[in-house]
Amino acid sequence: MITVEKPDIGEVSVENASRRNFLQGMLSAGAFVLCVGKSSLLAKAVGEGATVTSLSNVSGTVVSVDAAVFHPGVFLGIQPDGVVWIVAHRTEMGNGVRTSLPRILADELDADWSRVKVIQGDGDEKYGSQDTDGSHSVREFFDTMREAGATARLMLIRAAAEQWGVPESQCVADPVHIVSDKASGRKLGYGELAALAAKQPIPKKEEIKLKSPQEWRYIGKPAPGYDVTEVCAGKPLFGMDVRVDGMLYAAIAHPPVLGGKVKSVDDSATLKVAGVKRTLPIDPFTPPHAFQPLGGVAVIADNTWSAFKGRKQLKIDWDNGANASYTSADYKKQLQETARQPGKAVFSSGDPDAAFTKGKIFEAEYFAPHLAHASMEPPVAVADVQGDKVTVWSPTQNPVGVREEVAKALGLKKEDVTCHVTFLGGGFGRKSKPDYAVEAAVLSKKTGKPVKVVWSREDDIKFDYYHSVAAMYIKTALDDKSMPQAWLQRSVFPPIGSTFDKTATYGSAGEMSLGWDVIPFDVPNFRSENGQAVAHVRIGWLRSVANIYHAFAVQSFANELAYNANRDPYDYLLALIGPGQTIAGPKQPPEVAEKYPYDTKRLRHVAELAATKANWGKRKSGNGWGMGIAVHRSFLTYVATVVEVEVDGSGSIRIPNVYTAVDAGIVANPEMVRSQFEGAAVFGTSIARTGEITATNGVIDQSNFSDYPVARMNDAPVHVDVQIVESIAPPAGVGEPGVPPYVPALCNAIYAATGKRVRELPLSRNGFS
Amino acid sequence: MAQFKVNGQSRTFDGDPEMPLLWYLRDILGLTGTKFGCGMGLCGACTVLQNGKAIRSCQKQMGSVAGLEIMTIEGISAHGPIGVQKAWAEVNVPQCGYCQPGQIMQAVSLLSSKPKPTDEDIDDGMSGNICRCGTYQRIRAAIHQAAKETA
Repeated sequence: MITVEKPDIGEVSVENASRRNFLQGMLSAGAFVLCVGKSSLLAKAVGEGATVTSLSNVSGTVVSVDAAVFHPGVFLGIQPDGVVWIVAHRTEMGNGVRTSLPRILADELDADWSRVKVIQGDGDEKYGSQDTDGSHSVREFFDTMREAGATARLMLIRAAAEQWGVPESQCVADPVHIVSDKASGRKLGYGELAALAAKQPIPKKEEIKLKSPQEWRYIGKPAPGYDVTEVCAGKPLFGMDVRVDGMLYAAIAHPPVLGGKVKSVDDSATLKVAGVKRTLPIDPFTPPHAFQPLGGVAVIADNTWSAFKGRKQLKIDWDNGANASYTSADYKKQLQETARQPGKAVFSSGDPDAAFTKGKIFEAEYFAPHLAHASMEPPVAVADVQGDKVTVWSPTQNPVGVREEVAKALGLKKEDVTCHVTFLGGGFGRKSKPDYAVEAAVLSKKTGKPVKVVWSREDDIKFDYYHSVAAMYIKTALDDKSMPQAWLQRSVFPPIGSTFDKTATYGSAGEMSLGWDVIPFDVPNFRSENGQAVAHVRIGWLRSVANIYHAFAVQSFANELAYNANRDPYDYLLALIGPGQTIAGPKQPPEVAEKYPYDTKRLRHVAELAATKANWGKRKSGNGWGMGIAVHRSFLTYVATVVEVEVDGSGSIRIPNVYTAVDAGIVANPEMVRSQFEGAAVFGTSIARTGEITATNGVIDQSNFSDYPVARMNDAPVHVDVQIVESIAPPAGVGEPGVPPYVPALCNAIYAATGKRVRELPLSRNGFS
Repeated sequence: MAQFKVNGQSRTFDGDPEMPLLWYLRDILGLTGTKFGCGMGLCGACTVLQNGKAIRSCQKQMGSVAGLEIMTIEGISAHGPIGVQKAWAEVNVPQCGYCQPGQIMQAVSLLSSKPKPTDEDIDDGMSGNICRCGTYQRIRAAIHQAAKETA
């Protein structure tokens, strides 16, 4: 589906330089992309001596060239055979982005989806942001994709009008992939028009007419994943599948403690392992660690197994450094103690100090541990350094970051580094950090050969950029109806900033905005605070980021307030939200503040939808059965989740049903949205049930799915129902917002079923399994 | 020298007998559809068929493959998608897709022993295969669909 035969480079039409220079901005040069096997073009692109052997279908073969006959911009091209190429410039990792973004463009182009070839873009600034995290692919590129499609459509229409000698207004792109002359009924296909359209000047933005939502043919309509057939056939699509001629394989013994260094190595046994070629040191990082390799000793072999086996035979004496003092059990107490003390103010409204002098105080503490990403495909990358040019094939959420970091490590310019983006066997934020690609590049430079660095599952879990551990404290002053009139909340966690600045101890405004700076409740006096925490492991972002622990605390607490008031938790939640308002918070960039006001009417609406679908209140909770509800807005999307649980006498949990309602504004592909929210319930189950990374003397205690279990079919929710609110509000995120409300909804359901309140995750620490 | 078959083709191997079948398939034969997930038989990403039954190829050493018939995702796909794969596509099961070849091989094995599996049969048969994206609900639906269509 994504393979193209040929091309013969001799036949490729290349637009002249002056035209390329003319096309600026969104419609800048470098429009077209080819997917090739062992062509001369590819050999040229990857450098001498590196012929890719098994990548016929892999995105890693993609080379961006100005090769389409008609290519009005960087995102699409049309060939005389009528095939429309659309560049997916963001990363596919299960988010469906190779389907959703191209379909937005295809919609405005009035292209026949069955004649679209989706091409994965290399890491290149010309596309704009390629950082596939933060649930903003559709949100950020919705307009861009539409304008790109509409621009090409207008040029095709003008080309046809010129060809026929009729007014442009007489020509329409109708029914699909064709321009028709309304007067005569003549038709020209997009392929026939490609060469003529290429001669049209690029229209000005104000000349472009976007469709109205009623005219959309793909946007908002469900579609299966573009690559589903290839994926199910086991085609070599992933970073783990990349094979380059002459490639060596590497496994790396990383320092067991962050910041540790090799004191001495005995590799004599390693070098006796069949297939092992040599060992090589990798320098430790210079703090802050950022995206640098951790350092250690690499075992280079002619296959992955020999590299793994050889690594086991290494005898390394480590200097563990300062973080060897880190033991998570003690650290937890420190965080909890900090959360009990006044912290740095984040945002406040009303007069909380005065309000806390009145009413009845109700308070609680919550705790959530570190988490590992554990994507099914561990980190892996292939790099080929040829002189001062580098080619990297990487499953990455951050291809420009790969180029920057590889360049930095090798003393090259970013322009010297090419990054081909493969499919990701899951990312969840881990693959935003290109340390493993840098390792491959460093080793390729040292060996003079292409090198594939393969992380084992143990490497992945022991050397992650961990989702932060957090301690939280919430205090309210309640009126005589048990409604809060004052609300104080304080969270303490080692911040993501510590990865880039070793002195960072406070959460950034960004982390605070993930469910903590404000609450969606109608409480007149409010203050949020943040306390300090020093990081001892690499801290990164994991799907939903700080929303996970923040929503856990706020939504658990709201549920506790309901029981304290002897009220139904859903009714009480609606009372907390109130009739709906625009929540004021810290200053946002104008494009966010204006397009995406925090409107709790939308939150209330999804709560009502989820509760109604769940038949909330029809069955009495208790005796091992219960429902819990939670709401949360994250990545600008409003979500409510009801979880139904059955808990047996031994504390074993079954989750027969989950009901989620989502208001994400305009959705590009509801099928993908549904998948994301189904998956979020499973991801949330893993977090809630067993998700916990701990450390002893700086060494991570967990290592594989045996001691870091994730949800399997027999413990995942049996049925997840997803309702999507029809909306014409601007598109918001869908990859992450499903996770945060799920975890407290589950814990609230467990309380309803058992009377046992979970204030510290995971459930396995609370007698549940 | 061990003789065995992979996807119907005769093969021999005289390398390290401790090498797991997984890495032989991936690195020596270049059959990368069989995925590496954990190396400990915990996740099922490396599932292949051994004489028609699902096994974890990361736990099968090359020293013990003599006489066996191994089938990988490439083997079952050789003549286009089979019923299970068609059902997978119709239900739009995959998200990232990395675990799906292993899931499909496990489902093929399950359906060969239980052509009409119940939900419980599916849970029992499939719970060794982890999907981190959380596509279990669709996997269950796809297996039921495949069972119905081959009836």
